[in-house]
Amino acid sequence: MTDAQAAVTRAHHEEWARVVATLTRRFGDLDVAEEATAEAFATAVERWPVDGVPPNPGGWLTTTANREAIDRIRRENKRDDKQKAAWMLHDDDPPEPTGAIDDERLRLIFTCCHPALAMETRVALTLRMVGGLTVPEISRAFLVQESAMGQRITRAKAKIKAARIPYRVPAAEDLAERVSGVLAVLFLVFNEGYLATGPDTPPVRHDLTAEAIRLTRLIRALLPRDGEVTGLLALMLLTEARRSARVSATGELVALDEQDRGAWDMTLIAEGHRLVRERLTVVATTGVAPGRYQILAAINAVHTSARDIRDTDWSQVVALYDQLLRVDSSPIVALNRAVAVAELDGPEVALAAVDRLDGALDGYHAYHATRALLLRRLGRSRPARAAYHRAIELAGNTAEIAYLTRRRDQLG
Amino acid sequence: MQYLVSVIFDSDGRATPEEAAAIDVFNDRVQADGHWVFAGGLASPATATVIDNRDGASVFTDGPFVETKEYVAGFWVFEAPDLDVALRLAADGSKACNRKVEVRPFLAPPE
Repeated sequence: MTDAQAAVTRAHHEEWARVVATLTRRFGDLDVAEEATAEAFATAVERWPVDGVPPNPGGWLTTTANREAIDRIRRENKRDDKQKAAWMLHDDDPPEPTGAIDDERLRLIFTCCHPALAMETRVALTLRMVGGLTVPEISRAFLVQESAMGQRITRAKAKIKAARIPYRVPAAEDLAERVSGVLAVLFLVFNEGYLATGPDTPPVRHDLTAEAIRLTRLIRALLPRDGEVTGLLALMLLTEARRSARVSATGELVALDEQDRGAWDMTLIAEGHRLVRERLTVVATTGVAPGRYQILAAINAVHTSARDIRDTDWSQVVALYDQLLRVDSSPIVALNRAVAVAELDGPEVALAAVDRLDGALDGYHAYHATRALLLRRLGRSRPARAAYHRAIELAGNTAEIAYLTRRRDQLG
Repeated sequence: MQYLVSVIFDSDGRATPEEAAAIDVFNDRVQADGHWVFAGGLASPATATVIDNRDGASVFTDGPFVETKEYVAGFWVFEAPDLDVALRLAADGSKACNRKVEVRPFLAPPE
């Protein structure tokens, strides 16, 4: 890659969201902002290798995109002055007086993750507008036809405009809830990357996990005091750190107890641990109860602190799951708690807890995989086989299916 | 900007006295806050008549244009600066009348 190409790639990562956000604010139109920004980057790809990389790439891109947007509006002559004035008025909300969160990009993120949009639409729109991914890239990531994905994004932009979904950081009383909506979008992107589904999909989609981490870092830079944002970033880092140890050379999932811990990414783990400690200090001094992402991050911090599976502090893990159940009493949390209980109190106690979740989780592959594991440890091969069989039927991740199949076949 | 908030319900019958009282309190507040445009409750879909006079023949058909399990039982029209405000009003309205509601923006005036 030439220096100019590298500069364009870097600018795309660092400046895309800012340029789209600035233009959306100025022109009051996501469509215009998106197209003009894409055009500015296309111009950079052409010009920078010839003219050299400008000293301030972000400024160059914003100016170029602005000019492009004005040309576009003039060409299409879409707005008369009256409507332009209305848009300007609408966009002229004073920034929330909260200091750090006054950033154009936050407005963009909150608009893309608005609760009046369907979850899959929020994901697509966030990846396009904030992440700068192209429609073909997003379609591939979610195994959706490109035309369908394009339509989904177009419809979302039309709804934002017609229903006047505001372009602003939500009011203080709604902020916590709306931030949690944004984090749900990012966590979904991360999970789809971490445990990719589909028979022809690689088991781990590093592009998606990396994008989710990048966007979460951005949100943390914008909302540094939000504990759940920090918690989610820590959770992602501590999960990502184990990525290369989690799938074997033959494409099979490697369970936590069999992973080569030397292959874990110690830089990511150190950063994740630092973030978890930061939150522990805040929670200890302010008494504000941690949310689910912070607790999940703490659980992952316990796992990644053990140099050997036998050094894992299981009582700490169970205590954290108890805390998590108080925040999120879902059967999936109860299932994960049972896995830790098996290490602390034995598989029999854990199996009894898992069996109580039968009704709620019968269609969930991890429920059957966990049962299979516990039954195997209890020496009950026949029911273990049946449980593996059911888990394989329900699992969508190729590495997980390979792992479950081998485990089942070992039972003879 | 105006929003139509349709009240969705699945059986005949008017609001209970408690619901009616809550709706009155809500309406007073909406008027005081300057969001009020119009509102009304509708008689059951069975009382509807469909008219098609596109070709001048003025055909009348008894009943609603489409039979559905759930239907619009009433509506508000709110004036609100953006969807967030409209959604908050609609959420309070849903609570007051004890029914689901749907928020839909009016078309912006043609450019």
